[in-house]
Amino acid sequence: MSTIPSIREFFREAPWQLWTAQVFAVVRIELKKSLWMRRSVWIYLVAFAPAFAVGLHALNSPMGRNCSLGEDTAILAGIFQLFYLRLGIFFGCMGLFTWLFRGEVVEKSLHYYFLAPLRREVLVAGKFLSGVLASVLIFGLSVLLSFTFMYAHFGAAGRAFIFDGPGLGHLTAYLGVTLLACVGYGSLFLALSLVVKNPILPGIFVLCWETFHAVLPSLLQKFSVMFYLKQLCPVSIPSEGILALFTVVAEPVSPWIAVPGLLTLCVAILVFACARIRRTEISYLAD
Amino acid sequence: MSNLNNRVVFENVSKFYGEVLGVNRVNLSLPPGVTSLVGPNGSGKTTLMNLMTGLVRPTQGTVSVLGFTADQPEEFFRHVGYCTQFDSFPKGVTGYEFIYQNLTLRGITKQEAHRLTCEALERLGMTEAASRKVAGYSKGMRQRIRLAQAIAHHPTVMVLDEPLNGLDPMARAEAIALFEALGREGLHVIISSHVLHEVDKISDQVVLMSYGYVVAEGQIHGVRNEVKEHPMQILVRCGHPSRLAARLFSQDHVVEARLNGDGKGILVRTRDAGQFYQLLNRIVVEEDFALEAVTPADDDVNSLYQYLIGASGGRV
Repeated sequence: MSTIPSIREFFREAPWQLWTAQVFAVVRIELKKSLWMRRSVWIYLVAFAPAFAVGLHALNSPMGRNCSLGEDTAILAGIFQLFYLRLGIFFGCMGLFTWLFRGEVVEKSLHYYFLAPLRREVLVAGKFLSGVLASVLIFGLSVLLSFTFMYAHFGAAGRAFIFDGPGLGHLTAYLGVTLLACVGYGSLFLALSLVVKNPILPGIFVLCWETFHAVLPSLLQKFSVMFYLKQLCPVSIPSEGILALFTVVAEPVSPWIAVPGLLTLCVAILVFACARIRRTEISYLAD
Repeated sequence: MSNLNNRVVFENVSKFYGEVLGVNRVNLSLPPGVTSLVGPNGSGKTTLMNLMTGLVRPTQGTVSVLGFTADQPEEFFRHVGYCTQFDSFPKGVTGYEFIYQNLTLRGITKQEAHRLTCEALERLGMTEAASRKVAGYSKGMRQRIRLAQAIAHHPTVMVLDEPLNGLDPMARAEAIALFEALGREGLHVIISSHVLHEVDKISDQVVLMSYGYVVAEGQIHGVRNEVKEHPMQILVRCGHPSRLAARLFSQDHVVEARLNGDGKGILVRTRDAGQFYQLLNRIVVEEDFALEAVTPADDDVNSLYQYLIGASGGRV
């Protein structure tokens, strides 16, 4: 019976100011590592490959020659849903988020965090936030570049599409979905890195789950990040043939459910990660 | 045991790594001062230190430091500094960043973190190398920068796992002087080391470990008195050693009296040091003996190690 008052008391008494300062300190340390570490190079290559391809396409079709706005909008939607969401952001987040804790274990430096006057939950929050910032910065910038290249070569028609048509709305939606994808996959891979030593095999399982979730029972679909993201994409891509597996929305839900649904899933995964890190011991030899 | 809030307390602590024993049924209450953890490799010294600092959790029992446990990290690690044996660092940091970044996790201001960083660097003589990457440091420098990081926040309990490893003789002497000074200031300095004669000089108490068990603990002299199976060795420097030896031999508690190599003293082995000193006083007064010096010859960590953990080790 005293649960609610004690929770209320906890929220009132908790040192929020200290925890916030500690989260930002962790973010400062980790962001630098995530963005500048040598092993992030492949993430940059994966992230900017579509922007590069769209840039080449733009150079090849000056002033919209040999293409149309409608076609290019569909192509961009395809690139976003099939490459960014399913491969680029998925594997990018896998690389970034699994390394947040796993990297510290491999480099035998996790104990420095564990010996600081820092709650492990605060450490998880700081590391997660730094991962989200890094991934959103990399993939958000890439999406922005792809979008700009895709419409810039249409000249006045492209500008009109962006500023007077639905273009800006599409861009906002793409960036929003990118943010949610980073949050969703980020939480998943961060938690995964605390459970398994090698994330490759579980990563393949998650990839299959995310890819084929459309054929799963309705309840299980809700445990997929892609289930929520697909519904938020601004442009649908043709659901024909094998592509239908990736693009069909079997059970449409409104964004008002999709966004809170995804965030709830992420919070649940992060709570699990916090519980896991509380029990973590330093035994580098075993790793 | 009167004031547990000023002690490092282990209550019936055991730690198993799967089926492998780390430490077993450890009961300790360490007061302030310099405490040495002594034992061979694999005896459980590092496990004990990791338990003390929450890096590993006990399978059974409880550990508290000044009344706090590692489950209260904000309070606990304000008081505790741990220099581990892991010779590893976050990638790409300079000596300055290594200490500064850790201090910023404490929620203090940048200015305060900078001040404490500079102070710690100065104290360990690392100011000049502070802007260089730690990856380029020598082993001794890496050891010193880790020590600097462990003491930067002015902890009241310092746990130092083999802190003298890799240090050159000069740096060793400086580090020992630092530990000694901190111990005198009333701080807890808990050191594990293989260099017995160096820790012997500064230790207020000792914890001897073997195969995961605490074999003996307490002040060195007290522990030595408890080791009954090894008679106490006392070196007596005097002018007529053979006369003194003949006089001593008649006593039951004197096991052996051996002439010293230089012929100016005898090494006595006695089962009762108290009685021996009384007897010696009596002889000096009654027979007008001129003594130069009387010193215990095996009242040190090294001897305790040999007696309790060496080949013929026993338990107190």
